[in-house]
Amino acid sequence: MEPTTAHKEHAELADVFNKDEARVDWHDETLWWVRQKRDKMAWSLPEWEDLRETASRIKFNVLGNLHDYLLEFERNAQLNGATVHWAADAKEHNEIVLKLLKEQGVQRMVKSKSMLTEECHLNPFLAEHGIEVIDTDLGERIVQLAKEPPSHIVLPCIHKKKEEIGDLFHIHLGTPAGNADPKFLTAAARLHLRKEFIQSRVAITGVNFAVAETGEMVVCTNEGNADMGAHLADVHIACMGIEKIIPQRRHLGVFLRLLARSATGQPITTYSSHFRKPGAGRQLHIVLVDNGRSRQLGREEFRNSLKCIRCGACMNTCPVYRRSGGHSYHNAVAGPIGAILAPNLDMKENADLPFASTLCGSCSNVCPVKINIHEQLYKWRQVIVQEGYAKTSKKASMQMMNMVLTRPAVFKTAGGVGRWVMRHFPGVVNNGMNPWYKQREMPEAPKESFADWYKKNKQ
Amino acid sequence: MKVGLFIPCYIDQFYPQVGIATLSLLEKLGCEVVYPQGQTCCGQPMANSGFEHLTGGCNELFVKNFADFDYIVSPSGSCTLHIKDHLHVHDKEDAATHIRQHIYELSEFLTDVLQVKHLSARFPYKVGIHQSCHGQRGLHLSQMTELVAAPYSKPQQLLQMVEGLELIELSRKDECCGFGGTFCVFEEAVSVKMGKDRVADHEKHGAEYITGNDVSCLMHLEGILKRQQSKVKVLHIAEILNAAF
Repeated sequence: MEPTTAHKEHAELADVFNKDEARVDWHDETLWWVRQKRDKMAWSLPEWEDLRETASRIKFNVLGNLHDYLLEFERNAQLNGATVHWAADAKEHNEIVLKLLKEQGVQRMVKSKSMLTEECHLNPFLAEHGIEVIDTDLGERIVQLAKEPPSHIVLPCIHKKKEEIGDLFHIHLGTPAGNADPKFLTAAARLHLRKEFIQSRVAITGVNFAVAETGEMVVCTNEGNADMGAHLADVHIACMGIEKIIPQRRHLGVFLRLLARSATGQPITTYSSHFRKPGAGRQLHIVLVDNGRSRQLGREEFRNSLKCIRCGACMNTCPVYRRSGGHSYHNAVAGPIGAILAPNLDMKENADLPFASTLCGSCSNVCPVKINIHEQLYKWRQVIVQEGYAKTSKKASMQMMNMVLTRPAVFKTAGGVGRWVMRHFPGVVNNGMNPWYKQREMPEAPKESFADWYKKNKQ
Repeated sequence: MKVGLFIPCYIDQFYPQVGIATLSLLEKLGCEVVYPQGQTCCGQPMANSGFEHLTGGCNELFVKNFADFDYIVSPSGSCTLHIKDHLHVHDKEDAATHIRQHIYELSEFLTDVLQVKHLSARFPYKVGIHQSCHGQRGLHLSQMTELVAAPYSKPQQLLQMVEGLELIELSRKDECCGFGGTFCVFEEAVSVKMGKDRVADHEKHGAEYITGNDVSCLMHLEGILKRQQSKVKVLHIAEILNAAF
C-alpha cells in the first residue's frame, strides 16, 4: 500500500503556488534582495569565511559535549534564580507552559518569536485550554491574524503583500479599508500590541543563544518585542531547544556577528538582549526542549543539522524555496534546513521534503555555521527509500532504469528504439502524460547515438 | 597520455554532437583518446532519487570500462562529480579510487591538466555562461557567489580564448536552472519556473547562445527556449571551443 500523509506533498503545493506567476516573481525577487543584502554584509568583513569556520567549530564542540554544557547551563541559571524545566518532547513542553500559566491564572498572554513553540504547536494547544497567545513579532502577529503558520523562520509573513496586510488590519484592528501604507499599519500594530503588553502578566520568549558559563540567555529581535514583553510581565518563560547552548559569553562575538548579517543583511539585530536574573518579586522560567534533538544527535550523518542558528539564509538563497513559498514545506521550519530537520521529527509525513531540492548546494555555502545541507538532503533521500517511504511507481521505475543501465546491449537497443519512436511517432512522448513536455519541448532524437558514430568513424 | 572518454547516457542518445566535439577537441590538443564501447551511465539518476543501493551494477560497469586509463574525461560536470563522490566497488576499490582521482570534467581537464593557453576556435556571437551547480559548487570549476572569496572561472578562461566570442554579464551569475535530475519531472512546476527565469536573464542581457558544462541543464533550458520559440540557442562548451565558424 502507498504511504499516505496528512497533507499534500511539496510538489503539489508548489504547483498551486506557481499558478500565479507574477506572485512567484515577486516572492522570488523579494527574497533574492535579502540574499543580496546578506552578500553585501558578508563582503564587508574580510574575515567572513573564518568566522563561519569558527562558528561551525564552536557548535561542533557544543554538540560533542552537549550533556555537560546543558548541566552547566542549568546549574548557573539556577544560581541566577531561574527555574529550569526539562521537556522530552513537544507535549511535555506544552504541558509545562500550560501548568505555569494556570498557576498564574492567566487567559491571555504575549509571546515573542520562537520557532520552537511553532514546532511544538503551542498556540493551538493553549487555545484548546482557553488561553489566547498574542504573538508580538509584527510578522508573526500578521500571520496569526490570517490564521496561517509563518512561511519563513525570520520573515514570517514574507509571502504577504502589504495590501493583504492592510485588509487584515482593517478586519481585525479596525484600520481604514484600503490603507496599505506600511508606516501607518506598523503604527496601528504598535498601538494594538502595546495594550497587550501592558495587560500581560506572563511573557513567553524564544532563545537565540544560551550561555553555559553564565546561565544567561540572549534573545535577538529587531522590534524590541521580547524585551517589552519580558520586562512588563511578572513571569518570563523562555523556551529553547537544547541545541541553543554556546559554551561562553565571548562566543557571542562570533555568533552575533554572523546571525543578522546572514539573516537580513544587517550588521546586528536592533536588540540583542541578555536575560540573566528575574527581577525582584518576579519569576524566570527556562524550558529546555529535546523533541527529537537527541535522536538527531545520534544520527551521525545528520548531527550537524543541530548547529543551525535559525538565520534563514538557506531559505533566501534557495531557488526552490523562493519559487514554492514556505507553506509548501508543510513544516514549522521550511526551506533547505527544514527539509533536513523535518524527517527526524516525522519521516513518513516529511518524506517528500528532501526531494524538494535540485541539490544545487547554494544553501550549504551561505550557511553561517557551515551545515552541509545539500549533502544531508542526499543522505535523507537514501534513508527515506531504505525505510520504505518511496512510492511504488518510483521504486518500479528505478528498478527498470537499473535493469537497462547495467546491461549495455539493452541500453543500446532501448535507446535506438526509443529514438526511432520519437522520430516517427512523436505523439508517444509529446503528450499530457509527460511532465517534461507540459512546458518544454523534448530534445530532438538523432538517428545515430555517439556510440554508433564512434563505431562507424573511429573503430 | 591515454584518455578514456566518458560520454554520459543522455549525451550518447540525444546529443552525439557534444561527444564528437569533445573527442575532436581532445585529439586536436594531442591526447590519445579512446571511447570504451559498452558504457552507459554513472548511476546518478538512481542515487539522487534515493536509490544509491541500486547503483552497484553501474559502478562495476564503470570500473570495468575505465580502470585502464591515465585520465577519464567527460563533457559533464554533474556526472563527473557523481563518480568522484560515489564510485565504489567492493572488490575493485583500488581501480575505483584511481578513477575517482583521475576523472575530470572537460574544461578543468583543459585548464588544469593540459594547461591550454590558446585555442584556434572562432565563434563570433554573444554568449552567456550557465554555471551548472555540480560543476561549480561541487568540482569548483568557478567561484560561487555565496563565498567571500576571489573570483575565477575555468570555463570563462577557455571561452575568452575563442576569437570573436563576446561574453555577456548576467543579473544572477550562478543560480540553478532547475533541471536537478528527476526533480525536473517530479517538481515540474518549480523546475520549469527556475528554467524560465534563467532563460530570461540570458535573453535580457542579449545572449545569442547559452553555453555550459552540462548538457542536462542545457537540454532543460533548450526545451523551454524552443517552447517559447526563442531565437536563443544552447551549445555545450565543447562545441564552442571546437568551433571554426
